[in-house]
Amino acid sequence: MRPRLSEKGSIDMIKKFTLSALTVLALTFSAGVATAEEDSKIEDIDFSFEGPFGTYDQMQLQRGLQVYTESCAACHGLKFVPIRTLSDPGGPQLPVEQMRAYTAQLSVDDISSNLNLWDPETEELRALTPSDKFPANNSVNAPDLSLMTKARAAFRGPYGTGINQLFKGIGGPEYVVGILTGYTGEEKEEAGVTYYENHVFPGGWIAMPPPLYGDDVEYIDGSSTELEAEAEDIASFLTWTAEPKMMARKKMGFVAVSLLILLSSLLYLTNKRIWAPVKGKKTA
Amino acid sequence: MSGIPHDHYEPKTGAEKWLHKRLPIVALLHSTLTIPTPKNLNWMWIWGIVLAFTLVMQIATGITLVMHYTPQVDLAFSSVEHIMRNVNGGWAIRYIHANGASLFFLAVYMHIFRGLYYGSYKSPREITWIIGMLIYLMMMGTAFMGYVLPWGQMSFWGATVITGLFGAIPLIGEPIQTWLLGGPAVDNATLNRFFSLHYLLPFVIVGLVVIHIWAFHTTGNSNPTGVEVRRTSKKEAAADTLPFWPYFVIKDFFALVVILVVFFAVVGFMPNYLGHPDNYIEANALATPAHIVPEWYFLPFYAILRAFTADVWVVQIASFVTGGIVDAKFFGVLAMFGAIAVMAMAPWLDTSSTRSGKYRPMFKWWFALLAIDFVVLTWVGARPTEGIYPYISLIGAAYWFGYFLVILPLLGIIEKPLPLPETIEADFNAHHPKDASDASAAE
Amino acid sequence: MSHADEHEGTRRDFLYYATAGVGAVATGAAVWPLVNQMNPSADVKALSSIRVDISDVEAGTQLTVKWRGKPVFLRRRSQDEIDAGRAVAMDDLPDQLSRNDNAGSTDDASDANRTLDEAGEWLVMIGVCTHLGCVPLGNGSGDFGGWFCPCHGSHYDTAGRIRKGPAPENLLVPTARFDGSVVVLG
Repeated sequence: MRPRLSEKGSIDMIKKFTLSALTVLALTFSAGVATAEEDSKIEDIDFSFEGPFGTYDQMQLQRGLQVYTESCAACHGLKFVPIRTLSDPGGPQLPVEQMRAYTAQLSVDDISSNLNLWDPETEELRALTPSDKFPANNSVNAPDLSLMTKARAAFRGPYGTGINQLFKGIGGPEYVVGILTGYTGEEKEEAGVTYYENHVFPGGWIAMPPPLYGDDVEYIDGSSTELEAEAEDIASFLTWTAEPKMMARKKMGFVAVSLLILLSSLLYLTNKRIWAPVKGKKTA
Repeated sequence: MSGIPHDHYEPKTGAEKWLHKRLPIVALLHSTLTIPTPKNLNWMWIWGIVLAFTLVMQIATGITLVMHYTPQVDLAFSSVEHIMRNVNGGWAIRYIHANGASLFFLAVYMHIFRGLYYGSYKSPREITWIIGMLIYLMMMGTAFMGYVLPWGQMSFWGATVITGLFGAIPLIGEPIQTWLLGGPAVDNATLNRFFSLHYLLPFVIVGLVVIHIWAFHTTGNSNPTGVEVRRTSKKEAAADTLPFWPYFVIKDFFALVVILVVFFAVVGFMPNYLGHPDNYIEANALATPAHIVPEWYFLPFYAILRAFTADVWVVQIASFVTGGIVDAKFFGVLAMFGAIAVMAMAPWLDTSSTRSGKYRPMFKWWFALLAIDFVVLTWVGARPTEGIYPYISLIGAAYWFGYFLVILPLLGIIEKPLPLPETIEADFNAHHPKDASDASAAE
Repeated sequence: MSHADEHEGTRRDFLYYATAGVGAVATGAAVWPLVNQMNPSADVKALSSIRVDISDVEAGTQLTVKWRGKPVFLRRRSQDEIDAGRAVAMDDLPDQLSRNDNAGSTDDASDANRTLDEAGEWLVMIGVCTHLGCVPLGNGSGDFGGWFCPCHGSHYDTAGRIRKGPAPENLLVPTARFDGSVVVLG
């Protein structure tokens, strides 16, 4: 029972560290404040990619790609996403042949936003290749969706402290699902533009007509095509387009944290041993 | 370099003597590494190493990011996406750099508040303190300009709002603002100069850090008791101190690695937690985000900036006295910079002859209140300016100034400090009795 | 006493070495990404192999595409060009090697060793003169009905082999293969 006292010393130290760690947390809490809005009526969804162990559901990403292609692409672009990445690990992982076939059938709806594809010799847009990005689309002023799930937040509270985000995530995908399922069916017309009531959209009236009603696509894997399921599929796909390296990132997190915990344990022992003679303790 | 008596480097071999005569670099490294350090330093004395490490980390990741970034308004945002999607490990380097800024400020606030509590700023360490404040100002400038580079919505509108502060200066404000921006509004010229300065300032900070270290290696470290290391003889000095290597290097590294565990957990599992969603929307001069909020580390001073509105009586008096030259907007700007200025003046505002807050029974409570005030200001800085929040900002800002301008000078007069330990050695031995192992063996 | 000291000494040494070792690994892991980021990025690597649709190329014409920053000639040779290429005696060639990445490094520069298909219809070459790197002019140019480099007057024949002028080597044939009506470069 010799090292009793030195143990007490280390407990003291751990206490002090816990205290500073708490201060750190207190500061970061106050920092997670994205904007001043309180949490809206958006519900937390248990996505497969959430949490430190969460991974993308490859089949869900492929379904989401299908929803994007058939329902969203007519108005929304994905101008930061290289088409080839559909086959990358940690994504929808389409087989290369399928990805090439997919590229071949992609059409560019908005010529003026994709002038990088313009071929001055033939005076028309050249065909897309897998190395190109998804076409941009500003034809009806719809926002680009590449980063949509990182550009929106759903959970900010309580009182702007951002603590909810620690448990629920920032809430971008939930916001997307919320918008897609938040239509009330009311419409109004203002200055020649039709607005649709949506209880999730800030302000309550959105210019986008309801894009999904349920049964808008036919999934080859036989998954549910209810509105809520389709919305979650597209939200998952858009989470991947916004954060394609998420799986690699979490892996790095685990490796780094494990290695550093090992190193800190060794440094703790080394430090204790170096100081032992100074503090008048015998080494254990 | 140090004023504390200790053994100096003596070149022994012929080669060592040859080099020492021409460039005493080994002696410099030797005296820096073996500098006598008070042996009673506690765990709040680790933030300096954390800051030095973070500075190196930010410069290393920054230089590599520059290899792929394009400072041009049409390309900046997509070049950042290029880094995130195409560059080998680019996403990791960028997330480390972005969150590294938060680690930097967290550490600097810990470092500053340690100095405020233990009276590290007091004579003879005023220059160390002032250089430190300059470093802090440089850090704020660097962080602000770095945040503009991704050219997202918050980059653009943050730059618009903050450079607008200079426009609040009477008479010369508008020309200064135009000069800063290189045009009537934030645009390509602004982005390019911010990029240039964001690259330059960290190296200025490195220079200031060297002077900061030089200064406190001359005066010696402060320590939790505030009692100075005895310098009368080498023997007494040795009883109060231990060489920096290995005792404090290993201790500081341990603390650093523990902090890095938390840091890499944030980078790996929630890298966007401290950021703003709006900054993933490309800058658009025609649409302002609903709420413009600075990064968390600016929030306390942002809260002070917003606290002084036209209906506050000090603002009205200032406006009346100056004939309207100092309006609410300018007053807010003055208050924000003044909040840092009063902190920098702490060595001259604090009248107490006792250095460490540990032995100041009244000071302790006022200091605790200041720390809470800082956290509250951080929180309220991100709240909307409506309802009760402006009042909280105002009270918080008032206390900040009150602490430095009223409480610190008064406490020195009315407070009766506790008795100090005779020497650092005595303090250390009181915490670590020499017979400790015998006592526990007897159990 | 001395035995115990020794024992303690080795244990202490082991701890110090372990700490230093893990510290070195952590440092290496931190430095590697900073080095690796300078390697070609994913978008550059994706372009290291490209697919060229050759279904529209008529006999006696060629397609020029940019690949890895350099022009590549994809020529569909006419029967005359094939015959001319195959009639050349090996002794007339200054460079006896095929310079074909798809063939062995010691294969000779016979016409059959230069083309992509058995029939000798498709000739794929990097359009960079082996002298000083200019782009040769094509479509039956030069004294040998192949290519001619305007910079210093190198003449290449219908199989892209150097025949006259300062260039030391035949035009390089890059790694290429057919995939249906598509030529895959790289």
